[in-house]
Amino acid sequence: MRRLDLIPKIASSEITSETAYLNRRDFVRAAGLAVLPALGALSKNADAAVVSGGKALTYDKATSKADGFLTDEPATPLTDITAYGNFYEFGTDKEDPARFAHEMTVDPWSIEVVGAVNKPGKLHLEDILSGFDLQERIYRLRCVEAWSMVVPWTGFPLASLLERFEPKSNARYVEFQTLYRRNEMRGTRSFSSTIDWPYREGLRMDEAMHPLTLMAVGLYGKTLPNQNGAPVRLVVPWKYGFKSIKSIVRIRLTEKQPVTTWEGLAPREYGFYANVNPTVDHPRWSQATERRLPSSLFRPNRIPTKMFNGYAEQVAHLYAGMDLARYY
Amino acid sequence: MRIGVFVACLLPFFWILYTAISGSLGPDPAKTLMLFTGEWSLRMLALTLIVSPAYASTGWLLLMKLRRMFGLFAFFYGCVHFFSFAQFYVGWDVSALAKELVERPYITLGFCAWVLMLPLAVTSTRAMQRRLRRNWQRLHRLVYPAAIAACLHLLWQVRSDIGEALFYLVVFCFLLGWRVRRRLERNRRTVAAKASA
Repeated sequence: MRRLDLIPKIASSEITSETAYLNRRDFVRAAGLAVLPALGALSKNADAAVVSGGKALTYDKATSKADGFLTDEPATPLTDITAYGNFYEFGTDKEDPARFAHEMTVDPWSIEVVGAVNKPGKLHLEDILSGFDLQERIYRLRCVEAWSMVVPWTGFPLASLLERFEPKSNARYVEFQTLYRRNEMRGTRSFSSTIDWPYREGLRMDEAMHPLTLMAVGLYGKTLPNQNGAPVRLVVPWKYGFKSIKSIVRIRLTEKQPVTTWEGLAPREYGFYANVNPTVDHPRWSQATERRLPSSLFRPNRIPTKMFNGYAEQVAHLYAGMDLARYY
Repeated sequence: MRIGVFVACLLPFFWILYTAISGSLGPDPAKTLMLFTGEWSLRMLALTLIVSPAYASTGWLLLMKLRRMFGLFAFFYGCVHFFSFAQFYVGWDVSALAKELVERPYITLGFCAWVLMLPLAVTSTRAMQRRLRRNWQRLHRLVYPAAIAACLHLLWQVRSDIGEALFYLVVFCFLLGWRVRRRLERNRRTVAAKASA
């Protein structure tokens, strides 16, 4: 059995950086507490505890840097990845998912695969966790809001899942759907939300079959916390984060290009492709740079955004001849 | 009493200062800081505009005495907000700042709100009030466009949930509506008085 005790060398540097980072923060916080004890008691700090997920997974480590499966950039600490993010089903504040996602039931779980496939059917969580060879990949994640992280995901290629259901030759697109359960997802109950639930995303078939496209079940080698899209989510590292749909319950293969949630809501701002592209700005903000998190006030960690989020070598050929300013 | 209110208005500032120093602003501290200071500026602005209707219904003179302080705090938090943006988002790069101000309408509006408050803060002293006489009141009506610009500044950044922006918009509409109604009533009264004379 390959377990956590057999983690190859590559992880050690990341683990060190994470603990060192935490120690420094604890120290600074302790110093601050000594100065202002009264206010310290009120502290509603962002280090939300991981209250879900966290079960050890059996996996191996990606080794191919040429394929884009790995990066040398330091990974964002687990506490930041779990404390900060967008999962609008639980609210629009970056801290809402960490606060409220534990209200979602993720076991039992199944994914329905329908549409242009020869063998439509259901995949239960047990089959997902035991039926695929899991691998750790370290990907950059670039949010459309101009912040980014480096995340060690554990998962398997979406292609290997789709192949089991035997896509028909007319399957040209894949549509994904997130769980929609009003009583467990308080963001979907907000009267002022303009989103048409359930959340939907889509990929072109060649994007879906690309080896970089991952179905993730884990983070830092353990099952996903709810706020990060438990129990299974998509990760498409060369596209803006909203394409990497969380907590998937339905996959539909189709001939027509599906309308995705953000595209339906604001077509001028969010396109179907949503490839990371520093030369095409969001109408309300620039995409030329990003803040790599965690940042600090005096070291904002502002870095230039790369074409296809740095995966141009692996994916640029998919879009050869396409006007990316038009198909944003 | 006034000292107590003054200290209370400063508490959010010391709170965010403490949180920043202790490194508890989270993984994206600049953004947390911006949201916090912007929201407090808006709250102080709402508080400033609540004074008149509250005074009209309670007759509590102390309220009127606090108005200037609330207004100045709205400007203060607006300044912290603006300087935080300049420092932590664009690092005082003047060309980058100018580009943001021109290219992002929501930033333009926020900047407008701040610029509109600037002369109000400068002329907030009693001496200026005496010197400007009637014009002082006229000038200080700029607080209304400032409030509207601040609301739109918030609304324009919404990605999908308009709840918070809507809340402030409703509050300011109510406060402005109250003034319009009062103005109309006064006009009617003067017309009636003239007619009976």
